[in-house]
Amino acid sequence: MKSGETATAKAAVEAPAALGFKRFFRRYSMQIGILFVGIFIWLLFLAAAPRTFLSSSIYISFMSTTPFFALMALPLTYIIIVGEIDLSFPSIMSLGMLAFDVTYTMTGDVWVGFFSCILAGVIAGYLNGVLVVKIGIPSLVATIGTQYLWRGVILVVTNGQGMGMTPIQDTILYPLFVGRIGGVIPAQFAWTIGIALVLWLILNRTRFGAHVYLTGDNIGSARLMGVNVDSTKIWSFIILGAAAAFAGFVVSEEVLYYWPTLGEGYMMNTLASVFLGGTSPYGGTGTILGTFIACFIIGAINAGIVAAGMTAFWTNVIYGLIVLISVSLQAVLIKRLK
Amino acid sequence: MEQFLQMKNVSKTFGEVSALHDVNFEIGTNEIVGLLGDNGAGKSTFVKIITGYHQPDPGGEFYIKGKKIDRFTVPEARKKGIEIVYQERALADEQSLWRNIFLGRETVNKWGFLDVKGMRNETRKLMSTAMGFTSKAITPESTVRTFSGGERQGVAITRALYFKAELIILDEPTMGLSLSETKKCLDFVDQIKSEGKSCIFIDHNIFHVYPVCDRIVVMDRGTVAGQYRKNELTLQELIDKLYLVAHTGSLDSGKEGQDMHPEGGTA
Ligand SMILES: Nc1ncnc2c1ncn2[C@@H]1O[C@H](COP(=O)(O)OP(=O)(O)OP(=O)(O)O)[C@@H](O)[C@H]1O
Ligand SMILES: [Mg+2]
Repeated sequence: MKSGETATAKAAVEAPAALGFKRFFRRYSMQIGILFVGIFIWLLFLAAAPRTFLSSSIYISFMSTTPFFALMALPLTYIIIVGEIDLSFPSIMSLGMLAFDVTYTMTGDVWVGFFSCILAGVIAGYLNGVLVVKIGIPSLVATIGTQYLWRGVILVVTNGQGMGMTPIQDTILYPLFVGRIGGVIPAQFAWTIGIALVLWLILNRTRFGAHVYLTGDNIGSARLMGVNVDSTKIWSFIILGAAAAFAGFVVSEEVLYYWPTLGEGYMMNTLASVFLGGTSPYGGTGTILGTFIACFIIGAINAGIVAAGMTAFWTNVIYGLIVLISVSLQAVLIKRLK
Repeated sequence: MEQFLQMKNVSKTFGEVSALHDVNFEIGTNEIVGLLGDNGAGKSTFVKIITGYHQPDPGGEFYIKGKKIDRFTVPEARKKGIEIVYQERALADEQSLWRNIFLGRETVNKWGFLDVKGMRNETRKLMSTAMGFTSKAITPESTVRTFSGGERQGVAITRALYFKAELIILDEPTMGLSLSETKKCLDFVDQIKSEGKSCIFIDHNIFHVYPVCDRIVVMDRGTVAGQYRKNELTLQELIDKLYLVAHTGSLDSGKEGQDMHPEGGTA
């Protein structure tokens, strides 16, 4: 009798662990799948071009360029989880640099320039949020609007003229953001990891993060239970705006030039990273880790295309396919679960 | 009996639609009020004003324990000890059980970070006690998407009871429940009574409402059409009155519906 009891008690203790494991796999099946896809693609490239993929230089260049869009894909994950979309971030990259351009020219102070850059991103993100939440425009339409608006403003103000960033080279900003740690690791890679960790912490361990999930999952329930869904959405847009401006700054520093067209070509790889990372296009689910891994897969594909000698035109085809396939997979998965 | 909540001339319009007009209502401490009324009578709209979800039109008055309330929000209503099981259950399907239990009031540690461990443990405790979940497959990490109707209801009720409410509002809690689950739910109402708390119980089945409540309030087309202490009328009389109000807009035979609605509702 007694031994029977302890046996069942023991089973009860062990069962949740086993179940937890199973559930972990079910819950993160997308993310685990992505990890394997990533490894598979890497092996494929390794087999196709062993010389390139066995040397460290490709990985260094990888760590240098992937952050340019990873810095935006990570906060874009919030936007998709919260049930919205933002297509204006490529323009915000350039808008931030326009703010840098103007304030730096006026004051000659790189820090003033840098903070103006981030502030411009915050304001642009806030505007997106207000248009969507307070005015009630669907985010797809609102952010196509702001995308063109900001690009237009930039081209009008700069008259299409770029700006050299060489003065930055002598300031702390340069080694801080795009230097090489130990002469090898690009600083922007470290920043990307740091920002990913912070974004993970906010999403999974703060009330704001919990509300991001809840708002995207069921906005009606969230409202009924007193979640401030409006501010949750606005803050998500603000975070992406700030991150886009920061990414624009990093890119311009890396190439030591600000092109007013900055940001063009970042739309699809950024979006593809989020969806490939297992974030649901229906909102309510998604992970920072998934996006993080997916960014590097996208980066690898990009590098692979170039290394394999295909023209860059192919990248569009491939990003388009990645978005469609990963989103379709999720749609099918959701249908099967329901 | 001490008044817990009192409302005077409360109205609510949605654009052109007048959902409530000049509702007068009160509920005492440790009183169970049954709220009856046809579909669309305004019951849910009314209780959502009490929970701070809807803002009433200007003009009405709202008191809690004799103190006038000017603007009410969901968090403030909670602070005053008002909890609700919404008709629509208000769950988030893709989120874990513990996130649903603490939906909108997640607890944080002194650093401002979620007390995930604490919330999980509380949820595990509640599962075996209040929710009475027997299924081994359910853990605090389970997403509620896969829960049965009764289990979802259990989550919504547990959530309302856990936070030491003084007034618990149940909006059609027995909808879609089996006989035994319905019984459990009605036992909850009795439990609320014996714990000295108050309850507003909305249900279309008067055989559920009548036995457990102290007073019955009948709503019709956005107004309170009448109210009765239970000892004032029998179940059969109540049934007759409800038929009457549905057809004439009046609770008393002989009177015209227009008497109840001077502004002219066509019955
Ligand atoms: N958000 C809203 N916007 C516009 N009209 C609304 C809204 N909420 C409720 N109404 C209207 O107010 C009236 C009362 O609705 P309510 O949900 O309060 O009825 P109810 O008594 O709870 O009905 P049921 O028994 O069917 O749940 C209905 O005519 C409804 O269409
Ligand atoms: Mg209702």
